[in-house]
Amino acid sequence: MNLHFIWETFLALLTGVPVTLKLATVSVVAGMILALFLAVLRLSRFRLARWAVAAYVFAFRGSPMLVQIFLIYYGLGQFRSTLQALHLWYWFRDPYFCVLLALSLNTAAYGCEIIRGGLQSVSAQQVEAGRACGMSGLLLFRRITLPIAVRNVVPIYGNEIILMVKATSLASTVTIMEITGIAAKLIAETYRAFEVFAAAGAIYLLINFVLMRLIAFVERALSPHLRRSTRPVETIGALAATH
Amino acid sequence: MIDYLTLFGTGPDGWGDDLAVGAAVTIAVALGGFFLGAIFGSLVAWAKIAGNAPLRLLGVGYTTILRGIPDLLVIYLFYFGGSAVLAAIAGLFGHQGFIGLPSFAVGAVAIGVVSAAYQAEVFRASFNALSKGEIEAAHAAGMHKTLMFRRIIVPQMLRHAIPGLGNVWLLVVKESALVSVTGLAELMRTTQLAAGSTRLPFDFYLAGALIYLAITFISTMLFAHSEKRSRRGFSEAIR
Repeated sequence: MNLHFIWETFLALLTGVPVTLKLATVSVVAGMILALFLAVLRLSRFRLARWAVAAYVFAFRGSPMLVQIFLIYYGLGQFRSTLQALHLWYWFRDPYFCVLLALSLNTAAYGCEIIRGGLQSVSAQQVEAGRACGMSGLLLFRRITLPIAVRNVVPIYGNEIILMVKATSLASTVTIMEITGIAAKLIAETYRAFEVFAAAGAIYLLINFVLMRLIAFVERALSPHLRRSTRPVETIGALAATH
Repeated sequence: MIDYLTLFGTGPDGWGDDLAVGAAVTIAVALGGFFLGAIFGSLVAWAKIAGNAPLRLLGVGYTTILRGIPDLLVIYLFYFGGSAVLAAIAGLFGHQGFIGLPSFAVGAVAIGVVSAAYQAEVFRASFNALSKGEIEAAHAAGMHKTLMFRRIIVPQMLRHAIPGLGNVWLLVVKESALVSVTGLAELMRTTQLAAGSTRLPFDFYLAGALIYLAITFISTMLFAHSEKRSRRGFSEAIR
């Protein structure tokens, strides 16, 4: 173990952090939007849509993400001339785009199930209370169902986000130089696997630690009803003032 | 038109038999990793449940670190790190240069080490789900620690652990695809070779994905069956 070498490696790996974070952020956000859309379809009245979403979820959760990335990046190369005719080749020859697409589609499948669980966990009473106030359709969904579901789902979705940060490491298999890609290159150059692993591991742990704190903060911020209020009277006063 | 029967057949130009062997290697390396993970995982769970303060800290550290670091990085560590250690030992005897490790063993150990972190949490949760009354009953019946562990704790824990272990098994099967980076000719690697040499990447990666889906689907069925079986005699709450 050579502390100086670990420090040098750490600095070299830091240049991969923006790439990792960008991959994770874009795919989590895109995946979340798609997941919400899929979850609503999964719970809709349309049988065909329900089946299609169930098949999508089954396919993406049941196969390794590495196969999904390769299927999109290398696999679609088989249809190069068609994609070129459709002016889509510019996108699909770019490993960065392909990885983002694979990561987003993958996390959307897991996210769909998480959000579905959250939507189903909204109690009938709360929905009925909303209906009693005269809300229905989109207004009911936007004001009652979705906010309560979001609150229930934050810790579970948080886990999925951390899994996604880990999953960005697969981008290194299609030549993207994020943290793991740089680490693999350094290991191959120096044969010092332990030191490089320690430095890269520390970076991932740090990212995930910060993320966990952020998720816990969001969870706390969204559930004031579970906190024991120290000044109940003022809270009620503040509520009355805002409504 | 491509002749799929020849392509996925078992003939000299067919990849069917290679893919079948690859799938068998995938299942074998996943099983190996899963059982190693069960052994490491129960040790870690034991450290977290019954250990003294330093052991507990070690257990918590293990599960936190291995669940926070990408699996791919762990596989690189074991593959290249293991080779480095071996090369250093060989260096003492005058051998120079890189020594490749058997990629099957490296893959199984790496998967085992990662899945141990997940299995430890499953075991811990199922230990916590044991009812106190049953343990007290075992005490009252005069069982000593090892007998109680064998007759009461392990069978009950396994029953609670089946759904969690099923999830870990699916993770392990999918994770085993990452072992392909070490060159082990499991399903992923075989698919890559087929995709490269036939210049039909889409067909072969799709075929690979479908085989993985078949493996995970059958696994899910088996776990659901054993979960149902393990619940015989335990009435569900009336809803």
